[in-house]
Amino acid sequence: MRRELGALIGFAVGALALLVLAPALLSDFRLSLLGKFVCYAIVAVGIGLAWGRGGMLTLGQGVFFGLGAYVMAMHLKLADAGPSGVPDFMKLYGSGEVPGWWEPFRSPVVTVIGVIAIPSLVALGLGAAVFRRRVRGAYFAILSQALAAAFAILLVGQHATIGGTNGLNGFRSFFGFALYDPVNKRMLFYIAASTLLVVLAIAWQLYRSRFGELLMAVRDQEERVRFLGYDPANIKIVAYVVAAAMAGVAGALFVPIVGIISPASVGVVPSIAFLIGVAIGGRSTLFGPAVGAIVVAWAQTTLSESFPSFWIYFQGALFLLVVAFLPSGLSTVASLRRRTREAT
Amino acid sequence: MDAVLGQLFAGLSLGSVLLLAALGLALTFGQMGVINMAHGEFMMAGAYTAYVAQNVIADAGVALILAIPLGFVVGGVMGVVLEATLIRRMYLRPLDTLLVTWGVALILQQVARDVFGAPNVDVRAPSWLSGSVDLGITQVPAARLFILGLAVVAVTGLALVLTKTALGRRIRAVVQNRDLAETAGVSTRATDRLTFFIGSGLAGIAGVALTLLGSTGPTLGSNYIVDAFLVVVAGGVGQIKGTVIAAFGLGLLQAGIEYSTTASLAKVAVFALVVVFLQARPQGIFSVRTRSLA
Amino acid sequence: MNADYLELSDVRVTFDGFVAVDGVTMTVPRGDLRFLIGPNGAGKTTLVDAITGLAPATGSALFGRTELLGRKVHRIVRLGIGRTFQTATVFENLTVLQNLDIAAGAGRGPLTLLRRRSSVPAEVEEALETVGLVDVRDKPAGVLPHGQKQWLEIGMLIVQNARVLLLDEPVAGMSAQERADTGELLRRIGAERTVVVVEHDMDFMRCFADSVTVLHAGKVLSEGTVAQVQADPRVQEVYLGTAAEVGA
Ligand SMILES: Nc1ncnc2c1ncn2[C@@H]1O[C@H](COP(=O)(O)OP(=O)(O)O)[C@@H](O)[C@H]1O
Ligand SMILES: [Mg+2]
Repeated sequence: MRRELGALIGFAVGALALLVLAPALLSDFRLSLLGKFVCYAIVAVGIGLAWGRGGMLTLGQGVFFGLGAYVMAMHLKLADAGPSGVPDFMKLYGSGEVPGWWEPFRSPVVTVIGVIAIPSLVALGLGAAVFRRRVRGAYFAILSQALAAAFAILLVGQHATIGGTNGLNGFRSFFGFALYDPVNKRMLFYIAASTLLVVLAIAWQLYRSRFGELLMAVRDQEERVRFLGYDPANIKIVAYVVAAAMAGVAGALFVPIVGIISPASVGVVPSIAFLIGVAIGGRSTLFGPAVGAIVVAWAQTTLSESFPSFWIYFQGALFLLVVAFLPSGLSTVASLRRRTREAT
Repeated sequence: MDAVLGQLFAGLSLGSVLLLAALGLALTFGQMGVINMAHGEFMMAGAYTAYVAQNVIADAGVALILAIPLGFVVGGVMGVVLEATLIRRMYLRPLDTLLVTWGVALILQQVARDVFGAPNVDVRAPSWLSGSVDLGITQVPAARLFILGLAVVAVTGLALVLTKTALGRRIRAVVQNRDLAETAGVSTRATDRLTFFIGSGLAGIAGVALTLLGSTGPTLGSNYIVDAFLVVVAGGVGQIKGTVIAAFGLGLLQAGIEYSTTASLAKVAVFALVVVFLQARPQGIFSVRTRSLA
Repeated sequence: MNADYLELSDVRVTFDGFVAVDGVTMTVPRGDLRFLIGPNGAGKTTLVDAITGLAPATGSALFGRTELLGRKVHRIVRLGIGRTFQTATVFENLTVLQNLDIAAGAGRGPLTLLRRRSSVPAEVEEALETVGLVDVRDKPAGVLPHGQKQWLEIGMLIVQNARVLLLDEPVAGMSAQERADTGELLRRIGAERTVVVVEHDMDFMRCFADSVTVLHAGKVLSEGTVAQVQADPRVQEVYLGTAAEVGA
């Protein structure tokens, strides 16, 4: 019961901070920056589910983030294209014709479905292939990382059709709303922040459900679960697919907020960077991953502007120290304090 | 015909590079079950060793020949330090080790940037490696032939160590059953450390070799590390021949697919093929049978 | 319910040419408390592995009319075959109640899974009583003493509706009192199930076994009541020089 109350208070605090305080206190520029961090936080919630609760060290969430982002970016490019219907960069670098696989994303409905469905399907395919064959642990981590590498390389190679290294950028409107208008930019922040709260609510329900207990059981003793008559692969696949869908949604929100998506945001390095906030916040907690992701992204923006070289050392040291010595993240510290308080 | 032979050689050459990069990784992963993400940075250290050697010694050929053992020692020492300070403490959490060593990799890359500068540096190939060699049927770049030879020497050397020396027997014992080896009086601690020395040293040698193929920069290792990991996964752990077959298999596959499509599509296809391959053999080509769970 | 028995014929398990189980044939009827004994390495665990789908085997293992060999582990479990392991394996981070609830739930649909557990299922309540863990139901399983962990495992088999229970050395490491309690527990639950106990402890066997199968080098050496087996000269020979003394 106390747990329930804690979660509800957490949601209240989160809603207050994101929906009331941040818009009131932050400049438009800062708010938009926070919107970007919120997107990272949504990815982090998914990683918490797959890695923290499910034990699947996924080093390739950038792929799902990227899929959601590129789907949205394609739609925005097509919507911006004007009467010719051909996005600007294609006229510059390509044949001047829109490839057939772009066409479905002219439709806003297909786009919104695609943002969730495409990452989910890719995760389902990979998950079914590896988990059913009991490929796990480090093997799974490596495969997920290789997927990220392959995806980024694939994007870089497609200059004329998907923007290559430049990626897709220069969006002017978002479902008909002009993106230069500060009011609409604020609106985008509200959308992202609400999405984060919804995603957290989904995670909460999953964690307190029987599925959540089962997922932890699979994480700790997969083979034992098999001997209870479950196929652990199915349980892992569900968690992995949900995590992928969350990353896809985050990517789709990232695009209008940040204004660009390129291979540099989806490859091996950004994929693994998603993990540090989760590790710091506490990988198996509900709010920890989201809070950790926002704090790390904020620290990175602040520090790397003024001391770029120092930031890399700092990030490396964070990975090293937090994962090695605080495996439950800073939430360990919080629960230690609680325990000492209860003891006295 | 010539084009096919050329592509075949390109595949073998890529395979030899992958093999050099993956050999040490397979050794340490097989022994301890930990994935060392800093392995790529040990390669990078080997490459900078070659660069420094060349700045000290004028003769490019002498510098290269000296750099090979030097790179081995540099990589090996870095590996032992990593093992003794961090990995040792984390045997029970192999997945976390992966992230911890990733942190180490970030730091090492930045150290390289701060010491040698962010732009890439070049190591001159000695004159006897800069041309191409006529093999009768086709012409091949001498540097690539040299690397192929180096890979063969490295594999043979490692195989000899593993089969003919007391250390090798201890390593194989620990790979197959760590607890049993320990009760049988094998010092797993010393064995682990030596394994890490050899495995990381091999990364150093791989780095030296890579200087012959392109310029050297702080992210040199990370460019190869993902492919090297794929080789380890596909090859299975515990037996060198799995790594050898997987490295050349992936190299030839990549070159072959590249021939008919593009390099980037080939990468994706190779990844997909590895996943498909794991459907048939989830433990890789070869695996040491151990008894789990019960 | 007449079909509720386990019938092995010519079960064979080979590891890289080494024959660990060499053509075992045996039948365990319902209500029988069968002990499977034999020196270390005789193949007892491997035989259990074979029946439960963990080790690839040839021959036939029938549960009623259903062939078990060749099926996936979790399918075999769903057919009603449950097992424990030599080392107790419970979910240490979950409570006793959660452990049992998970064990009871293999047949649950997705909707039930995605909801919270609102009340304790009756069969879980019952199992808590049967294995005597009512008082510790909300404790994490990891903190239980060894004996209670083994009982929890048996409780998990009960709630998962196992018709055949294969227990691998359930009383190893238990105190004399715990052994006696476990024996009584097995008697109680064994009445309407088929129970096979792999055991080293001869005293324990003498007290509780209905029938005994002796395995040696992968083969059935002898089978019968405790008295019959003890009188068998081949059994005495195999055990001669080993720590356990059957004839004593
Ligand atoms: N996975 C395996 N690979 C190779 N040999 C095995 C494997 N599992 C068991 N064995 C061998 O099979 C024999 C029987 O083992 P086991 O069934 O554990 O015996 P018991 O449980 O009767 O003590 C032993 O010699 C053991 O070494
Ligand atoms: Mg046994």
